[in-house]
Amino acid sequence: MDEAMSYPPIEPANFDLIVIGTGLPESILAAAASSSGKTVLHLDPNPYYGSHFASLHLHDFTEFLQTHSLPSAPETQPSSSGEFNVLPLTTSPVYSSIETSVFSPEILQQSNQFNLDLAGPRVLFCADKMIDLILKTEINHCMEFKSVDASFICEGEEGNLRNVPDSRSAIFKDKSLSFTEKNQLMRFFKLVQDHFGDGSDEESKKISEEDLKSPFVEFLSRKIGLSQKLKSIILYAISMAHYEQDNLEVCKDVLETKDGIDLLILYHKSGGRFPNAPGAMIYPLYGQGELLQAFCRRAAVKGSIHVLRMPVVGLLADKEVGNYKGVKLLSGQELFSHKLILDPSFILPSGFAPSYLYPEPDGGHDFGLLDEKVKVVRGICITKSSLKLDVANCLVFFPPRSLFAEQMTSVRVFQLSSNVAACPSGMFVVYLSTLCEDVGQGKKIVNEAMNALFSIPISGKPEENSTDSHGENTVLGLKPSLLWSTVYIQELTMGAFGCVSSTFMPDGNLQYNNLLDATTKLFHKMYPNEEFFPEATSSIEVAEDGAFEQLDS
Amino acid sequence: MHGRPRKAPTEEEQEASVVKGAKLRSIQAKFFQFHHTNTYTKEALEVNAKLLEMNPEFITGWNYRKLAVQYHLEAAQSDEDSIKSILDEELKVVESALMTNFKSYGAWHHRKWVLNMGHSSTDRELFLLKKFQKLDARNFHAWNYRRFVTALKNIPDEEELQYTTDMIYENFSNYSAWHNRSVLLSRLLKEEVEGYYPKEKVLTEEFEFVRNALFTDPDDQSGWFYHLWLLDQTVKLEHLLVSSWPPNGSNVNVSDYCALSPSLSSISRTLPLILCFSEAVGGINSSTVSVVCESNMDSNLIWTPISVDKSGLARTWLTYLTFSSEPMHPSRNYLVKVSIANSEGIISSAGFCCSNPSHMAFTVCLPSSNTEFDEGPDIERIDWSEENFSSNQLHSENLGLINSFNELTISGDNKKTYETNAKIIADEIDYCRELLSEMDCKIGKLTLARLLLAYDALSSASRGVQDQNMFQYKEILELYHDLMKLDPPHFQYYKDQYSLVFLKQELANEESLLKYCYQYRDSTSLSNNSLCLCLRGLSLSQIGCIERLLWVQMLDLSNNGIRSIEGLESLQLLCCLNLSNNKICSFSALEPLRLLKSLKVLDISHNEIGAHPIDTRRYLCASPLSHTSDWKREEFVVSGPEMTIYWDAFSIFSGLNLRQLSVTGNPIADKKFKLFLCKLLPAMKWLDDEKLR
Repeated sequence: MDEAMSYPPIEPANFDLIVIGTGLPESILAAAASSSGKTVLHLDPNPYYGSHFASLHLHDFTEFLQTHSLPSAPETQPSSSGEFNVLPLTTSPVYSSIETSVFSPEILQQSNQFNLDLAGPRVLFCADKMIDLILKTEINHCMEFKSVDASFICEGEEGNLRNVPDSRSAIFKDKSLSFTEKNQLMRFFKLVQDHFGDGSDEESKKISEEDLKSPFVEFLSRKIGLSQKLKSIILYAISMAHYEQDNLEVCKDVLETKDGIDLLILYHKSGGRFPNAPGAMIYPLYGQGELLQAFCRRAAVKGSIHVLRMPVVGLLADKEVGNYKGVKLLSGQELFSHKLILDPSFILPSGFAPSYLYPEPDGGHDFGLLDEKVKVVRGICITKSSLKLDVANCLVFFPPRSLFAEQMTSVRVFQLSSNVAACPSGMFVVYLSTLCEDVGQGKKIVNEAMNALFSIPISGKPEENSTDSHGENTVLGLKPSLLWSTVYIQELTMGAFGCVSSTFMPDGNLQYNNLLDATTKLFHKMYPNEEFFPEATSSIEVAEDGAFEQLDS
Repeated sequence: MHGRPRKAPTEEEQEASVVKGAKLRSIQAKFFQFHHTNTYTKEALEVNAKLLEMNPEFITGWNYRKLAVQYHLEAAQSDEDSIKSILDEELKVVESALMTNFKSYGAWHHRKWVLNMGHSSTDRELFLLKKFQKLDARNFHAWNYRRFVTALKNIPDEEELQYTTDMIYENFSNYSAWHNRSVLLSRLLKEEVEGYYPKEKVLTEEFEFVRNALFTDPDDQSGWFYHLWLLDQTVKLEHLLVSSWPPNGSNVNVSDYCALSPSLSSISRTLPLILCFSEAVGGINSSTVSVVCESNMDSNLIWTPISVDKSGLARTWLTYLTFSSEPMHPSRNYLVKVSIANSEGIISSAGFCCSNPSHMAFTVCLPSSNTEFDEGPDIERIDWSEENFSSNQLHSENLGLINSFNELTISGDNKKTYETNAKIIADEIDYCRELLSEMDCKIGKLTLARLLLAYDALSSASRGVQDQNMFQYKEILELYHDLMKLDPPHFQYYKDQYSLVFLKQELANEESLLKYCYQYRDSTSLSNNSLCLCLRGLSLSQIGCIERLLWVQMLDLSNNGIRSIEGLESLQLLCCLNLSNNKICSFSALEPLRLLKSLKVLDISHNEIGAHPIDTRRYLCASPLSHTSDWKREEFVVSGPEMTIYWDAFSIFSGLNLRQLSVTGNPIADKKFKLFLCKLLPAMKWLDDEKLR
């Protein structure tokens, strides 16, 4: 085999754990295992880190989607080598219905200047568990973050973006709320803060258990008496409910008051956690892919071995019992480990049926996983002007029914600018996502959201004027026009634990909480006696223009 | 900074502080050595800098630096470079001191002192301020300094106003930012800078701006403070004269008031003229106020401010008109015309000039001959018991005298302003009600009460009448009543406000005023009319509305909860005053009485004078020890040893010519005290129930 020459042999050949795929869950697990003193080998067939969580150049991005929209052909036949059976390893398609439109082919020349997230839109809340983990593992030293400048809610087809009054000062500044609404909203925020306040003596300020279990939408309207407008803001733009909550009988995922206010308090604690991050949310410079790379670096510091461009063709199973023993690389080298973790696109060979699925089917709703039919629709748009004048990085929420009557899920939109190196300067990358069961319906929702936000050039006739009028669109109140866009369906998968475990696809949420929870759970299943990153904390630095410097003498 | 609980120091911290203290003492000792020998060497300055960095609060250290700088500057003469290096070093020392404590007065002051010399660049200052305000956006030292720097750099007020807007957007719980906004806006409005005119437009915008804060977080005080300032700006009345005695259009028989003249025995043809203004003013004299009479009248009038302080400002001004010669036509009424502000010399306490002239006139009837005023040997004791008062049938001439309200003519411009402002306040009232319908909010209620009162003032001013019985009074009283229950710590404040509004309501027009007027059983020689204003048992805690009471000669305020009689000094015609059964705690609370030179009968029985070992008001009162007092040493010596105990009683009574005094029922009123009073007031005929020889 000629090819074998290009794959250097890996030394040693025995590990505690082999991880295939460098997605975020795999990278965290590799780092956690090596922190606990395990020997870890981390492999990825691609020349870059990240798997389904990667941030890729435009060209690599489309190629990755294409590759994973088809089932892979086995590179090896079932065979036996020595004392093991070789079970061929294949992947199943996780992306489908990819629709890419190129309105302005020039941008393909700048492919390398884009860092597009496969798992977008996604942000970090300054007070969320992921940030805590980043601080605990001290990987913040190799990352930089930027604040998300604003979040908006978009109601009605005109695409008018209204600020989400998510904090005290945002309520103060808001121009679209009535004075009474300002009062009501702030009082509600205070009620939630009091509930979480450390004044345990003030039992009266706690929200009752009964209320906590009630649907959040009912709590907001019956107990608090908020207007439809305020309810919509809280439910879909702050607590980020996936599904329309007004009609509780048909709602697939009713947001409980407890979960609703948990998110609200996360939002609240996030604003101002770091003095140099004014907003509640931050985003890593160079894209989400930085996060998992930081975990890989952390794993490497603790002694794990990482090899990219290293396809695995088969798994080795004990001939007699059928137990997992190791992996066979494309180079033909055989490596052995006690445990194996696979990225979610791999098909678990039939011999290794999982003993445990997670998140548990009943806990799956946190994950956007109600049943196997649920999928995520993701879209990416590239434009030359911002959705909102003078705003670089921002979130936009389309509550259910805001685009059309049958729209039952909310759409999250996340615009990034060149200041996080998402795109060349002067351009903007906008991510969209929503959940769906019916692919057609899901794509319709995302397409309608795109219609509401952008002017879409008639294909084949790229607008000549759009090139010399960058930035002016918003001045004139015109929508930014699209240079490039793609819409695709991504599968949601369960993770599996067994002698061979597998991780999961990016969920439909805007933040990392549930992904991290599921990852932590898998780690504890695999290593019940080990602590998940037994280390100390430090502080975080956010790269801000005019960042705070200490007064120097 | 804010909301951080104080923790007890740990053992290590205590140890560290002991070590720090020892170090500080040793440096301080070194420093004093240099200081006492006037040593300003480099080494000495370094020691001082180190000391100040450790303890920026050490004022002597800063003063030493100033001496050192002066010393070195002299040596440097006019060499720009060395001057600059000397001063730059100072700025550096201040900066490191501020890093230790950015709230050090001494450090900020030193920096100002250096910059004021004008040799240093101010470029770094705003940068520095930005850092300090990032640390604590409310730090008022930084805001103070900011005003200093922006003045030095000539930064336009508009720009600074925008800065306050930005800071408030960041966090509106910033009293300093709101305060600076009010300072800047005052200037912009005064100078009528483009975009800040007309005032009404600016006020409307500002009310809307601060409303965002009030609605978003009604529990935060800073916005309410700014709102109160705005309210004050909106309700400011341009016209000053409120009332007078004799009232406009009245007819006065001069002989009826002869007893009130300052010099009793001589001429009886004098008449007091009292002017009452909407606020304390200064500059009332014969050039700003012209008084013209058809008859011969001494035109050289001496105006006296009726005020307990010596600021020269007062709400009430008094002069005596003296009609010197025999009238040509004894039976005729002579017209007296008074014109106010015929020159722009009248200044209000806020500093603006009164330029709206007011005119009034009354007629006087002069006695045909000089009748000697005779007190008569047998003067009856005034008995305040109810049976001595009968409800009154007023003669029409009396009515004219009671009605001291001026019918003021308001210029068209002002009228329009008042109307616009009343509209602004009306809108605020609506919003305030909206907020209160959402939630219970003490300061919201208080503000609503203030708004309603302001609306009343503005709308009646715009109509040019002041005797309107406003329907809102009832609501205001209810609000204060609620507040007394809701907010017990501030009970007394609400009670005082309640009293003022209540009096406003009751004395608002002639009809309701007359309900409180009673006739004393028989006319006394003390007062020409025996009409008594009887405000007893109304649970008042304060007196208000005095501008409507200038005519009062006999006043019964007994059986209330009065603690303060501030304002009573304006009632210059007052002869008989009943303050019995109130809550007056000290003689110092009676200070306004010193100015009531006509007072003959005083009842302060059954109060709390002497009940409280500590008189919290005493420091307000002139004492023999205070350098501002007009005590005469002789008096002090003559009056004997009791003076050391009763000096405050002495200060109130010594200038009065009381004939009847009741003090019984006060803890202080023992035998010794009564003896002291007899000695102090030789003309006194009655003390409590006893007739004196």
